[in-house]
Amino acid sequence: MKDTITAISTALGVGAISIIRVSGDESINIVNKIFKGKNLNQVASHTINYGHIIDGDKIIDEVLVSIMKAPKTFTTEDIVEINCHGGIATTKKILELLLINGCRLADPGEFTKRAFLNGRIDLLEAEAIGDLINAKSEKSRNLAINQLSGTTSNMIKNLRQKILEVLANIEVNIDYPEYEDIFVMTNDIILPKIKEVEREITKIIKKSENGKIIKEGIKTVIIGKPNVGKSSLLNTLLEEEKAIVTDIAGTTRDIVEGQILIDGILIDLIDTAGIRKTEDVVEKIGVKKSYDLINKANLIIYMLNNNEELDQQDNEILDKIKEKNYIIIINKTDLPNKLNINNIKVDKNNIIQMSINNKIGIENLKNKIKNMFNLDLIEQEDYNFLTNARSLALLKEAKKIIPNIYKGINDNIPIDIVEIDIKKIWEILGEIIGETYQDELINQLFSQFCLGK
Amino acid sequence: MNYEIIVVGGGHAGCEAALACSRKNHKTLLVTGNIKNIADMPCNPSIGGSAKGIVVREIDALGGEMGINADKSHLQIKMLNNTKGPAVQALRCQADKITYPKNMQTTLKKQKNLEIKESLVEDLIIENKKITGIILENGEKIYCNAVILTTGTYLKADIMVGDTRRREGPHGERPSQYLSDNLKKLGFKIIRLKTGTPQRIDKNSIDFSKTKPEYGDNIYHTFSFDTKPLYKIEDQVPCHLIYTTPLTHKIIKENLNKSSMYGGLNDIKGVGPRYCPSIEDKIVRFADKERHQLFLEPESLYYDDIYLQGFSTSMPHDIQEKMVHSLPGLENAKILKYAYAIEYDAIDSLQLKPSLETKIIENLYTAGQINGTSGYEEAACQGLIAGINAALKLENKEPLILKRNEAYIGVLIDDLITKGVRDPYRLLTSRAEYRLLLRHDNADLRLRKKGYEVGLIDEERYKKLLKKEQEINELIDILKNNKITPKEEINNYLLALNSTPIKDGISLYDLLKRPEIKIENINKFINVKYNKEVLEQVEINIKYEGYIKKANQEAEKMLELENKKIPSNIDYDQIHNLASEARQKLKEVKPTSIGQAIRISGVNPADISILMIYLKRGL
Repeated sequence: MKDTITAISTALGVGAISIIRVSGDESINIVNKIFKGKNLNQVASHTINYGHIIDGDKIIDEVLVSIMKAPKTFTTEDIVEINCHGGIATTKKILELLLINGCRLADPGEFTKRAFLNGRIDLLEAEAIGDLINAKSEKSRNLAINQLSGTTSNMIKNLRQKILEVLANIEVNIDYPEYEDIFVMTNDIILPKIKEVEREITKIIKKSENGKIIKEGIKTVIIGKPNVGKSSLLNTLLEEEKAIVTDIAGTTRDIVEGQILIDGILIDLIDTAGIRKTEDVVEKIGVKKSYDLINKANLIIYMLNNNEELDQQDNEILDKIKEKNYIIIINKTDLPNKLNINNIKVDKNNIIQMSINNKIGIENLKNKIKNMFNLDLIEQEDYNFLTNARSLALLKEAKKIIPNIYKGINDNIPIDIVEIDIKKIWEILGEIIGETYQDELINQLFSQFCLGK
Repeated sequence: MNYEIIVVGGGHAGCEAALACSRKNHKTLLVTGNIKNIADMPCNPSIGGSAKGIVVREIDALGGEMGINADKSHLQIKMLNNTKGPAVQALRCQADKITYPKNMQTTLKKQKNLEIKESLVEDLIIENKKITGIILENGEKIYCNAVILTTGTYLKADIMVGDTRRREGPHGERPSQYLSDNLKKLGFKIIRLKTGTPQRIDKNSIDFSKTKPEYGDNIYHTFSFDTKPLYKIEDQVPCHLIYTTPLTHKIIKENLNKSSMYGGLNDIKGVGPRYCPSIEDKIVRFADKERHQLFLEPESLYYDDIYLQGFSTSMPHDIQEKMVHSLPGLENAKILKYAYAIEYDAIDSLQLKPSLETKIIENLYTAGQINGTSGYEEAACQGLIAGINAALKLENKEPLILKRNEAYIGVLIDDLITKGVRDPYRLLTSRAEYRLLLRHDNADLRLRKKGYEVGLIDEERYKKLLKKEQEINELIDILKNNKITPKEEINNYLLALNSTPIKDGISLYDLLKRPEIKIENINKFINVKYNKEVLEQVEINIKYEGYIKKANQEAEKMLELENKKIPSNIDYDQIHNLASEARQKLKEVKPTSIGQAIRISGVNPADISILMIYLKRGL
């Protein structure tokens, strides 16, 4: 008998209600132990039951409990879903009660894994469902659906075909060396072909990263000195865009302060560990912590005060962010200018003058973000990118091999040996579209799913 | 009269099988239709070639005969791909079609524990799914403990020329009429294959001035790790290269309807080899090619036949005359033998175990063309493995199974038992995933120990291997431990070799990694005395270290999957989510490991995942 697993199925803190899912042979029994209302063991399958979750005599929350008996459920096992009121504390308390009463906390993706194991869905579906579940915006839903239909693999297939043709020619030279009239592949001929492969892979990676942006949003961190206006900027953006989420910890390791949509793309504004409370991020958490945030983010907004001169610390951070996507905001343009713009050693196109209190420059900022990530272009794309982390990682692995090929060619290594690396790329691409197999696939696949569907 | 092992067929597979069994001290009988044709070469007069040449060396490393025999019997020998990397180099010789079989026959006749009998085998004696003997065409029964079938193309062989079809084997030999039907009754799936051979031309009727000679190498080579060269470089006989002409193409196009293959004549069921198409096939499929290469290969010093490589056809005789006479230098050529196609029965190789024992009948082994392969070398290596494993089985020992990263032989057998055969199977370098590991130069290092362990390599040869291994390690240590410093003299020497001068001290090992530095150059810095085989191994190992490492890593990944065993009693019908094609293939192949299952075509990654989960759950 398999153990009964549980997890919070909704993003923690998001929305008015949370759902806790329980799956396994004991799920109804266990929930019944902490439920006050009808005897859940006696209710019909696929019914919703009103009652309370209790801890001994104490009422924890008013809930609706859905009972779905095997086999017509997602996992094909008995499933119970508890709809409770959204707060983090309540949800976590209920989860804790379930664990105390005999559930095991589900591994990442374990519900989907069970669905797969029990034959409800196939592997490719499992992967795409993972994306679908995690879809955060309309565009990303299209993306996940697209992956289900399999169009994603076409670009890879074409590229693979190109490589295969090169491989075949090298092989024929080896196997039929006496045939003088067969075109002989040499390192010189290979070189432009490998360059083409590199261009294609780079292009797919770029597109995939766009795909990632659609799906996961742009992680944006706002940093700057105390009182430079960070929280004002945040509040203004959130107000204007009618924030989707506020004040609540997200499901990921980052604390999301708020999310806004620009052109349908989600912009995650990452809280720099208390941006609102202390207003002195750089000072309190130090430069090192700022660097950590910088490394994690897709976009860094660094705020400067028009009314203050640039100092050493600013320069250090400016220097660091140059490697990333960055926007420099010069705030408080309504105050006298003390900042010499010529001393800011960055691309001047990335500087925006603002007076947040007077609502000046907000549109410029949004347009800047839009241009920087080509959000217009993303909109026009047909979403044919690789969007899951596994595929993208594999593609990057393939790209990493290319310099070895150049080196081999440069060192005059015989072509049939250089071919080892070319073939490896071909194999990796095959793995992405499921034409070759690797042992770790299934574990990676399931662990990348968010906790509990 | 009782024997332990009977080998049926005296071709290249049969010879190796019979020798392996008898050398392992098992009383062995070789039954063949015509003793004079033992080790005959009915098609091309060459041994070796790309991938195949490496197999010959593997056979030699394991204690087989083909390499030694080829060294005694060739007209010329060369290293193919010598401008390419070490992984794809391979020896090929033009074997003398008279002396090669003669020399092999002498070896067989001298062999202790081996008897040879001339007859056709038409049935097998089976008791409780186990073979106990054979029945000859005259009804005579001979009993034994194991049988190795190496019937070549002789099962229901049909020779086809133009619109004629005759039931006979190569050289007009009688084929076996009933054996394949009897195999079918036992439960073997019989497939029909086809191959062909080109014309033989009278040497004296060819104007060689219109051809381009192709000589053997001007350095000595041997297939065997143990023989010294038995020929003189200057005595080697050349081949000659010519091309088809527009007239040749015109004749063929106009007469396509007369070809057995294209005319829809003869009701051909057999599937021909893709890698060795007939000339009409080449002209139809590659219509934009203006000419095709043909080689004139001498068959023997003792008769005048020239083998017209690349011109195999199933056109009628009169058209063949016209075709041949359209070739440069062959305007007045006299055709001694016309080209023909041959169709024959083979068994489905998916019904074999990795040891080459059949899954259906215990102690029955098959090797060579009966398993769907093509080529002398492919046959010989299977014969050797089947012989070794039949003997090991009788000795109650584990079979010798070579892995894909250990030998081309391993690649070949794994392909046979995992993927099956649709057209005659030829070994190609591209079939080997780890070919940088499977080189011709290291076949002894890869396999000699195994040959010693199964008892086909004697102490003396084994000690020679151990010495070589030791010297290789010694020299590598020396090169690692000796450094050169940026002295002017040294840097001048490096400049003279088109190499960059050094700024810091560098070990000779690291210096040798430079592409332009050869192992001979090392003598400038340090005096080491090793033979050229040792120097070659050390140089390859250092120069391609990074690539070899990568190949080894890939191979290890494969081995990990190979170690995930699938129990033989697995019931694929109990695994609900397998795709139906995958289920059917898995039931047919019965893979012994996940690694093997992955290679089955029609079994996709999702099926493998399901299978692995099923196995892990231990249901």
